Amino acid sequence: MNKLSAEHVSMMFSRDGKTTNVLNDVNLEVAPGEFLCLLGPSGCGKSTLLNIMAGFLSPSAGTVKIDGEPVTGPDPRRIFVFQERGVFPWLTVEGNIAFGLAKLSKTEREQRIAHYVKLVGLEGFEKAYPSELSGGMKQRVEVARALAVNPDMLFLDEPFGALDSITRLTMRRELLRIWEAERNTIIFVTHDIDEAVQLADRVAVMSDRPATIQQVVDIDISHPRDISSARYLELRDGIFQQLGLAHKV
Amino acid sequence: MTSVFLPPRIGLTLLPVFFIIFLLIVWQLAVSFSSVHILPGPLEVSRGLADLIQHGLLLKYTVASLFRVTWGFAGAAVLAIPLGLIIGWYRRAEMAFNPLLQILRPISPLAWIPIAILWFGVGDLASVFLIFLGCFFPLMLTAINAVQGVPAVYLNAARNFGLSPGAIVARVLFPSVVPQLIVGLRITLGIAWLVVVAAEMIAVNSGLGFLIVDARNAGNRYDLVVAGMVVIGLIGLLLDTGMRSLESRHS
Repeated sequence: MNKLSAEHVSMMFSRDGKTTNVLNDVNLEVAPGEFLCLLGPSGCGKSTLLNIMAGFLSPSAGTVKIDGEPVTGPDPRRIFVFQERGVFPWLTVEGNIAFGLAKLSKTEREQRIAHYVKLVGLEGFEKAYPSELSGGMKQRVEVARALAVNPDMLFLDEPFGALDSITRLTMRRELLRIWEAERNTIIFVTHDIDEAVQLADRVAVMSDRPATIQQVVDIDISHPRDISSARYLELRDGIFQQLGLAHKV
Repeated sequence: MTSVFLPPRIGLTLLPVFFIIFLLIVWQLAVSFSSVHILPGPLEVSRGLADLIQHGLLLKYTVASLFRVTWGFAGAAVLAIPLGLIIGWYRRAEMAFNPLLQILRPISPLAWIPIAILWFGVGDLASVFLIFLGCFFPLMLTAINAVQGVPAVYLNAARNFGLSPGAIVARVLFPSVVPQLIVGLRITLGIAWLVVVAAEMIAVNSGLGFLIVDARNAGNRYDLVVAGMVVIGLIGLLLDTGMRSLESRHS
């Protein structure tokens, strides 16, 4: 069975009497444990789609089902990872990671914190506040906070968009390592074609507004991916063309 | 000049002290050589200050002023902050309250003096009420703005982790507004200290404000007037320093 299915999802926003059509009949199916990228130009509505999937917005028409149940609101089994600005500045690294663990016993909570601090490579920074951390480290805190509640899905909204290009590459590798260890279903929004082809099992290419899913591309290369291989370049160029971009600057 | 005798860091922290001493000397010289007497000199003022200390008036009046400030300020904080947080949280409440607030806020607390006396008579309660008014509106606006400034991502994250509305208030809303509230409290305490002096000039017969009018009315003791002003300035500085240390401990 599908982990998630979006069925005829449409979204309209009304402001000052004007109606904007953001999503137009989006259909998508995601398998359990799959890593899917939603790729599209800035402002095309991919974040809106992700927010609908996560239950923060309800669609104007259509439904999103997870495990066969319609989504009615946010749920701790599926965690939304914002850009690094989602970490709580008044809590330490530990405090942030423990945020969703209030119901656990103290020992269990401490084990979880230790495990995820290690998984995202923040040992030694447990007592640090976010203001003392770099952008990449804050992003790790947010990923750890999300993973600590053992969600079976993660929604990531351009999580590495604010990072410098070197940190971004490291973070992609880290995310893949974590995903291979935890096997959550991941839906990852990005406008970066390379990022999508490097990370995803499948890339859903979205059109400009009102957005539809133009094409879903299977990335049939195993990890770790050689980003100079012929197949990688072929898939990437295919998506470039799909988006109507000339592959020249 | 100082760097010759002292390491540069110490020289810098002592710079204001040297400057004040310099100004005091200039002041004293100007008063000594001037033929018209329009201001007491620093020596006279310090003798006045010593007088006040000797008679136990300085302590008594300072305590009286601080007492009124404490009650007016604390009362405003206890009412205005929760009210402001609630109004800021509900958009409709904010829309309903905002015009009224914008009308009441620019009215100086001093304009309320006649009404304060009418309601509470001459006494502590009237001046506490004036300080309360002076603090209430700025604090309420700070609280409203603080709530409205809470980033939506924090609230969404809290909902995502399944927090109840009560837990969202306690674990996300409150911690994220505290830094702004502390800044608001510091500024408001400054206002309270301004208002108490004015209120004591009219509505009571103790306190540092009363000291100033009384010294003038009861014999043109301008040395005591200036001594009172100096004490008011120093206590204001202490209050502000205290609030600032609270602020920096929280950031």
